[in-house]
Amino acid sequence: MSTATARQAKPATMAQALQRAMRDAMAEDPTVHVMGEDVGTLGGVFRVTDGLAKEFGEDRCTDTPLAEAGILGTAVGMAMYGLRPVVEMQFDAFAYPAFEQLISHVSRMRNRTRGSMPMPITVRVPYGGGIGGVEHHSDSSEAYYMATPGLHVVTPATVEDAYGLLREAIASDDPVVFLEPKRLYWSKADWSPDAPAAVEPIGRAVVRREGRSATLITYGPSVPVCMEAAAAAEAEGWDLEVVDLRSLVPFDDETVCASVRRTGRAVVVHESTSFGGPGGEIAARVTERCFHHLEAPVLRVAGFDIPYPPPMLERHHLPGVDRVLDAVARLQWEAES
Amino acid sequence: MGPYARSHEEVLALKKSSMTVQERPGAAYRPTPPPAWKPRTDPAPLLPDPEPYRVLGTDAAAGADPELLLRLYAELVRGRRYNAQATALTKQGRLAVYPSSTGQEACEVAAALALEERDWLFPSYRDTLAAVARGLDPAQALTLLRGDWHTGYDPYEHRIAPLSTPLATQLPHAVGLAHAARLKGDDVVALAMVGDGGTSEGDFHEALNFAAVWQAPVVFLVQNNGFAISVPLSKQTAAPSLAHKAVGYGMPGRLVDGNDVAAVHEVLGEAVARARRGGGPTLVEAITYRIDAHTNADDATRYRGDSEVEAWREHDPIRLMETELTGRGLLDEDGVRSAAEAAETMAAQLRERMNADPVLNPMDLFEHVYAEQTSQLREQAAQLRAELDAESGEGAQGAEGDAR
Repeated sequence: MSTATARQAKPATMAQALQRAMRDAMAEDPTVHVMGEDVGTLGGVFRVTDGLAKEFGEDRCTDTPLAEAGILGTAVGMAMYGLRPVVEMQFDAFAYPAFEQLISHVSRMRNRTRGSMPMPITVRVPYGGGIGGVEHHSDSSEAYYMATPGLHVVTPATVEDAYGLLREAIASDDPVVFLEPKRLYWSKADWSPDAPAAVEPIGRAVVRREGRSATLITYGPSVPVCMEAAAAAEAEGWDLEVVDLRSLVPFDDETVCASVRRTGRAVVVHESTSFGGPGGEIAARVTERCFHHLEAPVLRVAGFDIPYPPPMLERHHLPGVDRVLDAVARLQWEAES
Repeated sequence: MGPYARSHEEVLALKKSSMTVQERPGAAYRPTPPPAWKPRTDPAPLLPDPEPYRVLGTDAAAGADPELLLRLYAELVRGRRYNAQATALTKQGRLAVYPSSTGQEACEVAAALALEERDWLFPSYRDTLAAVARGLDPAQALTLLRGDWHTGYDPYEHRIAPLSTPLATQLPHAVGLAHAARLKGDDVVALAMVGDGGTSEGDFHEALNFAAVWQAPVVFLVQNNGFAISVPLSKQTAAPSLAHKAVGYGMPGRLVDGNDVAAVHEVLGEAVARARRGGGPTLVEAITYRIDAHTNADDATRYRGDSEVEAWREHDPIRLMETELTGRGLLDEDGVRSAAEAAETMAAQLRERMNADPVLNPMDLFEHVYAEQTSQLREQAAQLRAELDAESGEGAQGAEGDAR
């Protein structure tokens, strides 16, 4: 088989790309350790760590006791000794017991010690809804993490980014909360693990679709929704731009504002609650920076301000194409004529 | 040998095989249906002694190394003076707050001296004395409580983790560090300190559980000083003793007289040695008493009587040691005086250092949040810089105005 054929892109899932990112990081750097509940023999409940324990041994990919604070707390100690732990939290809502360790130690240790004790820890959290999960399996917890200085908060929306961003997260000397849109775990793309595209450092948004009418600012599981909405909007005569943030912290003001200055209109789309969710921060930043370019207030399409619904009702909660298009329609188009 | 016989076999078993750190005797345990079901280990060897282990004033003292006893004595005297000086500094406004370890000096000193240089100490906010006894500059140890920064020292210099304020949260750190050292093949031990109140926290439970499952080389020292601020132990736990909690995790529990510095040093030394040779973690409960209030801001008369405090003063760690040493002719008036003088020198130096105003740079606030500043932090740092420049500009103008 020729090299060209071997490197040919084949359909791969986001879960496979994430697994490959950990595998490559572990092969390159012996200080990288994967730990969490069921990550070893089982390969994780989403199979994202499939095969890592077999390839690298249980000391490198460890099934821990079922205790999220303990998992992250021991990861802090391992990082103190020079290891680079990659922690898996099984589900968004199961990560909450680890909040104290994350907020009181992981995020502050570098600052507390004037830089002498960095925390190169990656906390992988499957998040978001749309998989028919029962209570506690579908939360969008990003706003909690965003509100904690010292953390990076990153989330991929494509197979390629899943690999690249996770490699960047593991290589980062700062703690990264790596939010994996579980709805997209089985999304596929032509992607070659042998020639993964270079990814820019954490903190750069990307324009997924260029357009002139308005900007949809989104991330993670809502990116495909916005892409679909943008395609549907063409029929209405709207040419929508889609910005995939990729990183909520650091926030790429530059890319977002450049887009909004071009289009003059913006809608922020996410599953997280509207009140106190990321959209409020993003709308404020855009308004502060692009006020004189705006033709309409920045709108938000978000989850309702309710506890995450039971699975049979979740479709009413999740921002879908129609709700995005409704918001686009409300961007004061009349004023233009 | 006693309770440690089994652990030694474990060590030999570990050495004989080419097992990974994760694998260990009993790891392949699978439950079988009753009546064939059996517990994984015999709990009896893990049980603490019925009474706190003591050395001073007992026959065991004869076996103690006189040189070690004199060193421990000097450290106790120095420690007591350090506590008094730090408390005095709060009254002079030089420390924001000081949680004193007066009465608990034996635990603090023994914890520091039981460790080798390559080992790690994980102190709580009440354990600055342990850090100082391990060699940390007292002024650096007190930075957190002075308030000019959070951690005033490089943790890697003396291998002392930052003082932990959220209770028991430092315990899983100690487990993780010890586990990492073991993975690397280093014979490093971590000693983590916590109070009786801290044993109610979830992190205490999780840390002990992880340590035992991983057989991490950790020693947990619980200083049971009777109170969590105002709440007595009886409202904290219904356990027979805190040391008994060890049994539930599958590690040995030891009970020791926390005011008997020789006993604490011996028990911790055994636990450290056991951890170092691969025998796993130990939980040590030291029975002691917080002579001072929780901090200078607390009023202990609201929750305890003088007679209780007096009873503990009779069992003071320095007095116990002095009685032992003078009784054996190891300490005379000159010895007492020279220990007191050394402590006084330390206190004078500390006073002088702490009376100087710390040099503060507000721009440091943005310096170490991330390895590289985000653009948002750069903007905010610029804002503060401008405010500071404006302030100093006003100051200069004011001075000019005065000159005119």
